[in-house]
Amino acid sequence: MISGWLVAALSTFYLAVLFAVARFGDARADAGKSIISANVYALSLAVYCTSWTFFGSVGRATSGGLSFLTIYIGPTLMLMCVGVILKMIRISKVYRITSIADFIASRYGKSQLLAGLVTVIAVIGVVPYIALQLKAVAASLNVLFQQSDHALLPWWLDSTLLIAAVLALFTILFGTRHLDATERHEGMVAAVAFESVVKLVAFIAVGLFVTYGMFGGLSDIFQRATESPELARLLQLDSSRAGTWTAMILLSGLAIIFLPRQFQIIVVENVDESHLKRAVWLFPLYLLLINVFVLPLALGGLLHFNGQGFNPDTFVLTLPLARGAESLALLAFIGGLSAATGMVIVETIALSTMVCNDLVMPFLLRSTWLKTEKQQDLSGLLIGIRRVAIVLILLLGYIYFRAAGEAYALVGIGLISFAAVAQFAPAMFGGMYWKQGTRAGAVSGLLAGFGIWLYTLLLPSFAKSGWIGSGFVEQGLFGIGLLKAQALFGLSGLDEISHCLWWSLFANIGCYVAVSLNSKPDAVEASQAERFVDIFRHAGRDADARLWRGNASVEALVGLLERFLGPLRARQQLAIYAQGRGAVDWHSLPADADFVHFAESELAGAIGSASARVMVASVAQEEDLGLDEVLDILDEATQVRAYSKELEVKQQALEVATAELRGANERLRELDSMKDDFISTVTHELRTPLTSIRALSEMLHEDPEMDLSDRKRFLGIIVNEAERLTRLINQILDMAKLESGRAEWTTSEVDVGNLVREAIDSLGQLFREKGVALESEIPATGPIVLADRDRLTQVMINLLSNAVKFVPGGSGRVHVRVGSDQKSVRVVVSDNGPGLTAEECNVIFEKFRQGGNTMTDKPQGTGLGLPISRQIVEFFGGNLWVESQPGAGAAFIFTVPLPAPEA
Amino acid sequence: MKRASPVRQRLAALGLLGVPLLTYPLLSLPGGNLAGIPATYFYLFGVWAGLIALAAWVAERRGK
Repeated sequence: MISGWLVAALSTFYLAVLFAVARFGDARADAGKSIISANVYALSLAVYCTSWTFFGSVGRATSGGLSFLTIYIGPTLMLMCVGVILKMIRISKVYRITSIADFIASRYGKSQLLAGLVTVIAVIGVVPYIALQLKAVAASLNVLFQQSDHALLPWWLDSTLLIAAVLALFTILFGTRHLDATERHEGMVAAVAFESVVKLVAFIAVGLFVTYGMFGGLSDIFQRATESPELARLLQLDSSRAGTWTAMILLSGLAIIFLPRQFQIIVVENVDESHLKRAVWLFPLYLLLINVFVLPLALGGLLHFNGQGFNPDTFVLTLPLARGAESLALLAFIGGLSAATGMVIVETIALSTMVCNDLVMPFLLRSTWLKTEKQQDLSGLLIGIRRVAIVLILLLGYIYFRAAGEAYALVGIGLISFAAVAQFAPAMFGGMYWKQGTRAGAVSGLLAGFGIWLYTLLLPSFAKSGWIGSGFVEQGLFGIGLLKAQALFGLSGLDEISHCLWWSLFANIGCYVAVSLNSKPDAVEASQAERFVDIFRHAGRDADARLWRGNASVEALVGLLERFLGPLRARQQLAIYAQGRGAVDWHSLPADADFVHFAESELAGAIGSASARVMVASVAQEEDLGLDEVLDILDEATQVRAYSKELEVKQQALEVATAELRGANERLRELDSMKDDFISTVTHELRTPLTSIRALSEMLHEDPEMDLSDRKRFLGIIVNEAERLTRLINQILDMAKLESGRAEWTTSEVDVGNLVREAIDSLGQLFREKGVALESEIPATGPIVLADRDRLTQVMINLLSNAVKFVPGGSGRVHVRVGSDQKSVRVVVSDNGPGLTAEECNVIFEKFRQGGNTMTDKPQGTGLGLPISRQIVEFFGGNLWVESQPGAGAAFIFTVPLPAPEA
Repeated sequence: MKRASPVRQRLAALGLLGVPLLTYPLLSLPGGNLAGIPATYFYLFGVWAGLIALAAWVAERRGK
């Protein structure tokens, strides 16, 4: 038996712990040691899981099977689009945005109208959701008290009102400590994260108890469910509801960022952008864990209370109670309480900020009352408004709960709320990624979407509760069948949520895009669009400062800050700002555009961007920049960026060019030293024959008595050396001509086969003298190439004489083969000489390199034949190379391309 | 996080991959029972857990 006092004491104790956690969080934040880590941030996102998750998921599972999971899969997928969320966070930080209404209003030209509209939609959409939380707490209390005496409280005070009052107190204490709404509520976030842990532990505890305590594990529950045809249906996915499935994923994916409380937690309360990296997987993991036991609990409940008419929404409590596990039921109650309180606290803070800044402030700023008391410090008033808003919102929720009670309007409100906030999606996404989106477009899109939501979802839910006539649902408005609220224009076959989502988003996006394309933004809108869409590029305030021109006085602006922020905080912020600009204190600062911008963004943090703009305009005479001028300034900023990028590219090109020049210079130096080498080698080569000619001539000159045979021999040598000298000089001249490109070429059709045969014939004597066998393999006619006949003959003779030089006399063999493929003629001169090493294969084509050992052997050639041959062959577009291995002979191969066939 | 960081793009790709995996028609593929538990139940939670594990791996791979 659970006594009322025990429940009351436990709830009080739990709320006290919550207070303690929040106080600790705030104390640490004040001390500059934030306890908001990545994990705390990720857990606080689980404020998404309200009592609607805690109790309602089981209820949904008893009717819809696994389809309840879509509400958690959508957020998982949405959160992975980190870029989108990061952009929202960055924009909000830079422009001190405090709520989703402020975000949309600020993007579309700081429009008070838009801010108010978004606030109204959010309040209408979300207040019933708050009522649902109160109802869940009330329902769970009812379950606990069913067995005990009920007369704990006097009749005029019911437990739900008490809970609502405590929540209001909590929210006021931790949600409105600072005026500046961009100041984070770290204590509250810590409390919410703590509550997330509590509800997860409680739910899993109940799940484990039911699955393994009351039944024989997961497979036992599923097995027993399969036996009943009614329950077996829940285990199968109904593929005819495929459209609903996808729609729910979309809907919940949008809700995770556009519900006011989610925007508050994800964007406004974000301490560090890198925390998002943890949240992207930890929060989905949380969702997964809290859902594992939902279906088993639903099936277990249905099996256990077969036909006893228990409300499936309270299975989480009734199942443990049925087994007498009272302490577990109390834990479950606390879990449900924490789910409800977490949601209510954050949602109320978010809504109260919106109501204060975007509904109340615009009226206050227009009223004469505010103007007459110019010097008054308004910060206290602002906090007061927010506190009243909190109380009113909770009261509204409570009244709605009392009025709706068990009515349908409350039960179905979870998804109805989701569909309401989904209307923000086009204006938000369009605002972040589409510069052309205008205020008129956003207003008309929101109005159209909201109107359709009202007509197809909210009003029918009222009709189902019997508050208004249901004629417009059943027969259509004015009896027109096409206007049936849940089969608009005859669209039927969808469930009501998908139906509403489809039509409202269709109208919303359609109006937003169509009106945006057909309206012109004003100057403020255009500049805001630029700033929002290009937030990652506008790192500095370069364009911001130039977008404001006018006259202002520092005193007036400071006065404004003091009025709205309170003198203390205003001086604090001014000191920080002055330090940032390198000034000693703010008195010495000029009232320039940058200062105005600072003042406006400070004010925006307190009263919202739309009101801040109005206030700054009231003390500063702003010159009205036309749209064209604003666009010019923005274009200029874009151009400057483009120029700097261009400059960067040019600099890179310059670096590349410098590197190329350096390389060229190096090559030139190399060539220079090669030339020096060449000259010294040439002189050396010329001196060798000259020396022997001179020595022999001197001997002949000095010894007239010399034998005739000796004299003859010497003269023979002199003649040979002189010939060699002539040849050398000729070849050097030839080489020089070739290299300088001054050689004369007479190009004609040359029959290569014929040419090779002639070359072989002219050298035949040489081969016979040395006893070298010469074999050839040459086609009877052709192939024909375009070349200089004499030059090509020169190459051939050079190759043949080289071959005969290096093969051993008597047993030497030289083989000549002429062949051709489609592209070129290939001539191979191979021998069975000593062969070449791989290194020699390369250097042999350098000037004055000789085959064989030049140190010991008498040089057998000039060392210029091969380089010249190569130059000749290359001139005709061919190649000359050698393939050889030491000891296996060498094959000199050259190719000459065949003339292109005439077309 | 830098602009257009590969981490962000990988995560977005994971999210996009999840859409077809967790909606129809792929969702109607698994049928029957595995160890007494419906295959659909296994499939949904399995794919979901897999996506989370991949996201964790991508997000936490290179320090913070």
